[in-house]
Amino acid sequence: MTLTILGGGVMGLCIATELTRRGIPAAILDEAPSPQACSWWAGGMLAPYCEGESANEAVLRHGLGAADWWQAQGVPVTRNGTLVVSLARDAGALARFARRSRGHRMLDAPGIAALEPDLGARFSRALFFEPEAHLAPRQALAILSERLGRTDTTAGTVIDCRGLSAREALRDLRGVRGEMVVIRCPEITLSRPIRLLHPRMPLYVVPRGDGVFMLGATMVESDRRGRPTARAVLELLSAAFALHPALAEAEVLELGADARPAFPDNLPRIRRVGGVIHANGLYRHGFLLAPAVAGMVADHLQHQTRPEFMDADHD
Amino acid sequence: MPVFYGTEIESPLMLGTAGYPSPKVLADAFARSGAEIATVSLRREAGGGQDFWSLIQSLGVRLLPNTAGCHGAREAVTTAQMAREVFGTDWIKLEVIGHTDTLQPDVFGLLEAARILAAEGFKVFPYCTEDLTVCERLLDAGCHVLMPWGAPIGSGLGLNNPHGLRALRAAFPDVPLVVDAGIGLPSHAAAAMEMGYDAVLLNSAVARAGDPAAMAAAMSDAIRAGRAAYLADPMERTDMAIPSTPVIGRAFL
Repeated sequence: MTLTILGGGVMGLCIATELTRRGIPAAILDEAPSPQACSWWAGGMLAPYCEGESANEAVLRHGLGAADWWQAQGVPVTRNGTLVVSLARDAGALARFARRSRGHRMLDAPGIAALEPDLGARFSRALFFEPEAHLAPRQALAILSERLGRTDTTAGTVIDCRGLSAREALRDLRGVRGEMVVIRCPEITLSRPIRLLHPRMPLYVVPRGDGVFMLGATMVESDRRGRPTARAVLELLSAAFALHPALAEAEVLELGADARPAFPDNLPRIRRVGGVIHANGLYRHGFLLAPAVAGMVADHLQHQTRPEFMDADHD
Repeated sequence: MPVFYGTEIESPLMLGTAGYPSPKVLADAFARSGAEIATVSLRREAGGGQDFWSLIQSLGVRLLPNTAGCHGAREAVTTAQMAREVFGTDWIKLEVIGHTDTLQPDVFGLLEAARILAAEGFKVFPYCTEDLTVCERLLDAGCHVLMPWGAPIGSGLGLNNPHGLRALRAAFPDVPLVVDAGIGLPSHAAAAMEMGYDAVLLNSAVARAGDPAAMAAAMSDAIRAGRAAYLADPMERTDMAIPSTPVIGRAFL
């Protein structure tokens, strides 16, 4: 079986890795991972339980194995869980989040301080999702990428993982814009992703080590990929300031924006269009769901099964 | 049946399209709600929201574009003009925000924008307060619908000033009135309809519910019940108990 994978973002790299692991050689037709890939800008949270609060249950079910999969590929995965907090005036939001998710336990201020000393004095309650994990997306992409073969011509079966660029073949695919900020703030130490529930400006902060943090991410129904808007940056930084005032002293290292590929139910799809197999629509769950989707694509190729995320063939 | 600018609408429920977990959930909520009018925002998606708008258009409902997030008359007028081009309708829900925390309407900017837009042939649905004078001026400016708030946008507090809303209904018996913003529960929506309001516009109450489609159905039921109750002419309230069976004639033992 000869396979060409179009697109070297998280979807393409995971499929190529999974196929190679199963003894099926697959070459990638794309440049090395770069800011052109939407996954370059990702948060890298492997947080199926938190996402399950608002996402379809399939996201939780198929996201549970992600941390193990990434670790098995030699990608450093930090398994410190996720902490979810809300400002005192939004206490109801935390109770609601607890009610609508599982895999957590409620911590009091000493409990928070034991995990994140810099936050203990600021929050009296937090939800701790202990089984969750996170990784550094650019590092993860680079590790997978350097092991895989590349090609500059299509041969054999084509698996199209080009995200929004595949839109001419996937008419129900749309873009959901996301904007992010990377800062350096050596004054603050965080060991795990922190999510701030805020009625207007929900925020997550993912530690990247060395005092570097990624702040994300907006969700705008737009396929515009250009630079972040002032409003987005203002909101992300304001929310960060609300999380901890010391973050206002941070150095801004990077502003980023891209559009996530998504189908109307915000779940991924594997779809045959003519002779091409498409794997697309990871939405905001790239690193969380790509391993499961890659497994499904490999199953389909090896055993001709029709996996859960595969829909009807299109001409 | 509410009539907005000569168009008769079957359902008194108008539904917003922001903040749903996915477009699929949004479509399910619309199907369960029976809503025939969808508000849609132009501003934040400017320059790339075509896919989402196509999804909204595929719902087969009438679109009411809004100027959500505009903080001045000029900005609202420009947004309305763009919305007319993008969505091909002269209906516009006019929102001019005056206060960042409460998102209260800036009634002065609203009036100014309403005058300009009405003169340009727009059919203006102004998001306003329940202030009688403001509402009178909006009608003078050429609005044929009023959309007073129930409570601040997205607050889910319900009808903060029932007296004011009742007074508005009494003052303008022939103007279509829509409670817009602040609805959190079906009982809030039913209360507005019981007062004789023509319709209710809501978004967050459905979009942010755990099961948006089920909440949309509940809202639809409540609005129908409230409307039917209004038409049935509810009994008067009294401070004294009035037994439904006569007391006189009972045996005293």
